[in-house]
Amino acid sequence: MLKSGKHLVLGNIACAEGTLRVGCRLFAGYPITPANEITEYMSGELPKVGGYFLQMEDEIASIAACIGGSWAGAKPMTATSGPGFSLMQENLSYAHMTETPLVVVDVQRSGPSTGQSTDASQQDFYQARYGAHGDYEVIAISPWSAQEMFDLTVRAFNLAEQYRTPVYFLADGMIGHIREELTVPEDVEIVNRKSPSGPNVTPFGTDDPSLVPEMPKFGQGYRLQVTGSSHRPNGVRDYSPKVHADKVRRIMKKITQAEPKIRDVAKVDIDDAEVAVISFGASARPSYGAVKKLREEGIKAGLLRLKTLWPFPEDEITNLSGKVDAILVVEMNAGKLIREVQRVACGQTKIASLTRLGGVTPTQGDIAQELRRLVQ
Amino acid sequence: MKNLGQLKADYIVNNLTAFCPGCGNGMILNCFVRAVDDLGWNVDDILCVSGIGCSSWIPSPHFRGDTLHTTHGRALAFATGAKVFNPSLKTVVFTGDGDGAGIGGNHLIHAARRNIGLTCILVNNFNYAMTGGQIAPTTLHDSKTSTSPYGNPEQPFDIAKLVAAAGATYVAKWTTNHVLELTGSMKEAMQNPGFSFIEVLSQCPTQQRNILNVRAPAQELPSRLLDMLAESTYIVDREERKNYFYIVLVGEPEAAIKGVERAIGDTGKVRLVDHLTLGRVARVDATDIEAAKARLGIPEVKRIADAHEGKQEIGVFVRKQRTEYTEALREIGRRARGEQ
Repeated sequence: MLKSGKHLVLGNIACAEGTLRVGCRLFAGYPITPANEITEYMSGELPKVGGYFLQMEDEIASIAACIGGSWAGAKPMTATSGPGFSLMQENLSYAHMTETPLVVVDVQRSGPSTGQSTDASQQDFYQARYGAHGDYEVIAISPWSAQEMFDLTVRAFNLAEQYRTPVYFLADGMIGHIREELTVPEDVEIVNRKSPSGPNVTPFGTDDPSLVPEMPKFGQGYRLQVTGSSHRPNGVRDYSPKVHADKVRRIMKKITQAEPKIRDVAKVDIDDAEVAVISFGASARPSYGAVKKLREEGIKAGLLRLKTLWPFPEDEITNLSGKVDAILVVEMNAGKLIREVQRVACGQTKIASLTRLGGVTPTQGDIAQELRRLVQ
Repeated sequence: MKNLGQLKADYIVNNLTAFCPGCGNGMILNCFVRAVDDLGWNVDDILCVSGIGCSSWIPSPHFRGDTLHTTHGRALAFATGAKVFNPSLKTVVFTGDGDGAGIGGNHLIHAARRNIGLTCILVNNFNYAMTGGQIAPTTLHDSKTSTSPYGNPEQPFDIAKLVAAAGATYVAKWTTNHVLELTGSMKEAMQNPGFSFIEVLSQCPTQQRNILNVRAPAQELPSRLLDMLAESTYIVDREERKNYFYIVLVGEPEAAIKGVERAIGDTGKVRLVDHLTLGRVARVDATDIEAAKARLGIPEVKRIADAHEGKQEIGVFVRKQRTEYTEALREIGRRARGEQ
């Protein structure tokens, strides 16, 4: 592990450092570009701190081992990219149903399919939200720098533990492979799941307003019944309409009702903005440059950067669309975030899309030019 | 030995069972809790992991310990994460032929290769029973199933040999007709430090009636199928008398056997039996089998099959030791921390 202080590191290494600091002691993964540096680094560092690194036979087994490990008491993590994330989806649905805390890092690459396997994209925006079967809500996080690869990884684990849910860390090939300054703090905040308060625990139901049940682990004598089938608060399988609906509504509501606390956005020059960019991850970097350039030109531009993609920060979009004359959504895919912005803005303001495929972000110049056109 | 009532009180959660009448899974659960009881294990130390399919319901919701009922085929991978993080969990995986050797076949061979210290009990009923009796990787060639109405074009896996080749350190195969051997084998498997594997051939009155073509009234089917499992297997390394043979009959077996009985006379005993690969055949037990065979030049006889033809070998195939996976991981930890 790095000592506290300043370092020049790869984004992926910053992510791995964050996981080690926040107490991740189980990593199960499978090689895939551009996430390999996380996997390799964990294989070197985890055994030093008493943790376990497992290289599994595929991504399906990797996420399965994370879920099994989580119920044995681990804070588990896997790191992958789009194709591996797809293979994990069935078991991720299981993790949502069983309310299993874990973190999946998706260092997004350019698809569909093998696509440009070594190049970045932001094409898994919806895979993180709707990739698996069934109804559920997710927490997804988007870093834009090596520092955030560290800081937001720490937060991802804390959110997973606090809300007993999988958390998706949507990095991309550019941020994973960026080499930047990282300040490692002396300490990081660590949140742990609610352990059982007594002998009679309902691991899948609670009267607590947070709607997050206490979570015993295997081997403690709780005789846990963990199942992906619909179940009562005590874990016993029950297919009745009410039991199923209550379960699914609760696991969704525990996330949606906490949205204001989960939400994390960064605002640049947004207060007096007349035109705004909404972006995230790598494509927010040239967006930032474009906004600063327009300010130099006397155009009141601003940037709303989403650090949490899901639950979608609807209030921020609503407020912004009521204030600005135009919004430009900048992303590295064929247009995904724009759909959410349009849905929430409900026609309150002019909305334009700037997308790039091919493993590259729109350039600062492209974004600036589009913003100038929008304010004409 | 505890009676069933005591075992139930000690180890079984009072939930509704999903098993059909006559299913082999209840017998396997019985063998398992007897093994746990004989070993004196505390149920609070036991983690049972299962996947999807009939056999995955053996521990969940029945066993009064920790249970993790997972996705189709992935139980071993889930169990790997739990066992690695807490090696003191006595971990037993229940899976089926479709779950463990079909969709989960990759995890099965890799768990065996790693030699992770857990026991995997795979119940083989020769088909995907829960979903309606489709072709499984264990379905016999030419079997008619709901997805092979003209006969199965595929060939089955020999799962026990596959797992042995992949590196498991304990491998056995039994049937639900061998409950004492199976219970003993479970105890041995659960004490083996590495990866232990037991395949259990099991009766499924609901589907095997069709896929194995055993026609009998519902109340007779379970015992007919259990007899068939015994008839169609032989125990490896066990001296077995071979003074019997089978006759594949022409026409209706109940009618054809009359002719065989007349021909054999008092040189042997003749009865109809169910055989996994030969079907409903006449079994002839005789002190002089050559003399008995010489009497069978009659139209009711299609052909004669030797005692072991088409049978499956059962018993214990592998007992060996090599480094267990979670121990190897701890060794890696000591090396990384410079403790040696």
